[in-house]
Amino acid sequence: MPDASVTVRPSLGDYGAGLRAITPLMPAVLAFGVSFGVLSQAAGFDGVAAIVMSLTTFAGSAQFAVVTVMSAGGTAAAAIVAAILLNARYGPMALSAAGAFRGGWLRRLIEAQLLVDESWALSQRDGGFDRRILIGAGLGLYVGWSGGTAIGVVAGDSLADPATLGLDAAFPALFLALLAPLVLSRKRMAAALLGAGIALALTPVTPAGIPVIAATAACLVGLKR
Amino acid sequence: MSSVWLAVAVVGVATVAIKGAGPVLASGRTLPEATAGVLELLAPALLAALVATNAFASDGELVLDERGAGLAAAGIAVLLKAPLLLVIVVAAVTAALLRAIA
Repeated sequence: MPDASVTVRPSLGDYGAGLRAITPLMPAVLAFGVSFGVLSQAAGFDGVAAIVMSLTTFAGSAQFAVVTVMSAGGTAAAAIVAAILLNARYGPMALSAAGAFRGGWLRRLIEAQLLVDESWALSQRDGGFDRRILIGAGLGLYVGWSGGTAIGVVAGDSLADPATLGLDAAFPALFLALLAPLVLSRKRMAAALLGAGIALALTPVTPAGIPVIAATAACLVGLKR
Repeated sequence: MSSVWLAVAVVGVATVAIKGAGPVLASGRTLPEATAGVLELLAPALLAALVATNAFASDGELVLDERGAGLAAAGIAVLLKAPLLLVIVVAAVTAALLRAIA
């Protein structure tokens, strides 16, 4: 039997760093998980389905879209299309971080599920991505979002609206803080400004989700020498 | 199967596939230089779009509300090199105070 003490174990330090990195956002994530649970109940959505959705889909905007479309009398097909459009941005995001994942295809597939806007943004390091930061931050977000949903489903309307606490303003602030150190080169600044411009221009004229996906076209300025 | 569970199942499977496609198919490969140059700009473009839509979009409309004010306050905090936690708190407190006054 091999001596367990000589087995090389991955250090928990970097996963812990990912957890610490996401800590400032945890109150907001938990509160929005709770509000998803509450909203799903108010919309007459099956409580267990809401919790299962947080555990499997794990993407706030798409889940809110499904609940609001279906509670407004929309069909399952309309809700599915809206959610897939909203989650399509994870395609290019996961592709950009693809080089960071390790191991066989199943492990990469599972670890990639922890990629959401916040864990993706926080794990950027030196032009690449730090897998352990992504997983540590993603696990924290996963527990906060799913746990919050369960609390919301059980507790119902007795809880405060996160907007009253200004928690909806936490998300753009987070993304701005993470964007700032990236835009030091002129090309990156151009991509950022163009991306924001495309997203804002399309917001009034396209379904939700399209503006952010279309903004990825801004990275084509990288083809210009 | 009820339509709720159908939506939950299809969206769940689609999301797993969308997130997994890149890491499963492209991991371990060296991307061509032109592709790498474009992908490097994906992060700033997407982050800026997330800033813009999270602050100024609401139900398919452009709006200037307390989130925008929170973002402006966060921008000042970023310029002053405040730590991430402080940037987030400044934005949330600004939005909450403005809503409390309104």
